[in-house]
Amino acid sequence: MAKRAISWKFPALTLLLALLLTALPLPEIVAPYRPEWVPLILIFWSLLAPERFGLLTAFWAGLLLDTLSGALLGQHALALVLVVYLTIRFHLRIRVFPVWQLSMTIVLLLGLYEFVLFWVDGVAGRSVPMIERWAPLLASAVVWPLILGYLDRYRRDAQVRV
Amino acid sequence: MIAPGGTAGNLVRGGASLSFRFILICIVSLALMFLDHRESHLSTIRQGFSVLVYPIRLAVDFPIKTWEWADRSLGERSALLAENEELKRTRLDANARLQRFAALEAENRRLRAMLESSARVADRVLVAEVLAVDLDPYRQRFTINRGVSDGAYVGQALIDADGIVGQIMRANPFTSEAVLISDADHAIPVAINRNGLRTIVLGTGESTRLRMPYLPNSADVEIGDLIVSSGLGGVFPSGYPVGHISEVERRPGQGFAEIFVDPAAKLDRAREVLLVWAPPSQLTQESDNDTDDTDSTNLAEAR
Repeated sequence: MAKRAISWKFPALTLLLALLLTALPLPEIVAPYRPEWVPLILIFWSLLAPERFGLLTAFWAGLLLDTLSGALLGQHALALVLVVYLTIRFHLRIRVFPVWQLSMTIVLLLGLYEFVLFWVDGVAGRSVPMIERWAPLLASAVVWPLILGYLDRYRRDAQVRV
Repeated sequence: MIAPGGTAGNLVRGGASLSFRFILICIVSLALMFLDHRESHLSTIRQGFSVLVYPIRLAVDFPIKTWEWADRSLGERSALLAENEELKRTRLDANARLQRFAALEAENRRLRAMLESSARVADRVLVAEVLAVDLDPYRQRFTINRGVSDGAYVGQALIDADGIVGQIMRANPFTSEAVLISDADHAIPVAINRNGLRTIVLGTGESTRLRMPYLPNSADVEIGDLIVSSGLGGVFPSGYPVGHISEVERRPGQGFAEIFVDPAAKLDRAREVLLVWAPPSQLTQESDNDTDDTDSTNLAEAR
């Protein structure tokens, strides 16, 4: 009976929040450790409700992120779509993982995300330092359980229904 | 979900069309990137998105600006008085220098008139605020609160009180993205003020130093030399300070010296910058007796 229990409003709000957090200036020392908020939020929602938040959401979010960060138009979109595709493809399997295994999967997915960004930068001939690319992965792995905990109510709802 | 049977059916059919849609969207993204990179035909689309993103930028900027404002209004009286004193002193200093400058400018105009070369017109400037928004952390870029609606254009030079900051890379309706001279992909044609030696300064990706890799070991450079923009290439107006030479390493056996430059502008701390409209006559005037092919000012593929 409980179809469409997740409205689009709350996820859209979290996505907006993720974009804000991505653009928020941080002190020089912390800045490299900024978690990848947008992919994290997108992974979360596509894990919960793959039939509602899919590739197109990721695509548009990616284009917004591209504009916001001044990257090539389509760069973040491609990386996000890839991550979300894998998430949706395996969402039934990933969803039953225990938290630590889930975190490892997230790190793996985000590693792929960073790699696509790095690759496109390389192909486009923009010079980018290699080492600093991997710092956000750590931060994201730390932040992921927090997101999970905070949005847990929705997670439980979804698991009950599915 | 609706019903168990329906779910399973959905999953099977969804699986096939999911991959198909994935590949489709990937192709669209790749095409977008290709067009954006090669042709830059997508400026209208990008501008549309930038209008969408504008509220986000403002929303991020607002609390920080508010904090700064609060900080300033609640600042201690003694600190404010000290700052006021300091400002008065620097103003006196600057005014004293300007007096001499006015006479020199008049003299320069007379001499130029005698040589029948076009007069240098003062550059028009407009103050722009740097929005507190982090762009890609791996690049030296920022966003300013002036866009096409204020007359900004791509390639426009930005300066601050001490020297050249960078140039506008993308002009959106209300904001613009600027690339700093310290960006690893940026190059600016310069001249050494002491002897007029022309070369190019490249960014390093660090906001506190720039590179000058194209001078031979025998070049006449000294630590502390002032580097100014040469005006070649037509992007930056000539004569604005870029930095001072901080380090010269002459390497025997190598063709070129390793020279580093301390940027004059406060690249990492700039809150306000000036947009410069340089009169075009000046640029052609400056470059007509130079036949170098060093015109690759903007975003030269550095290596």
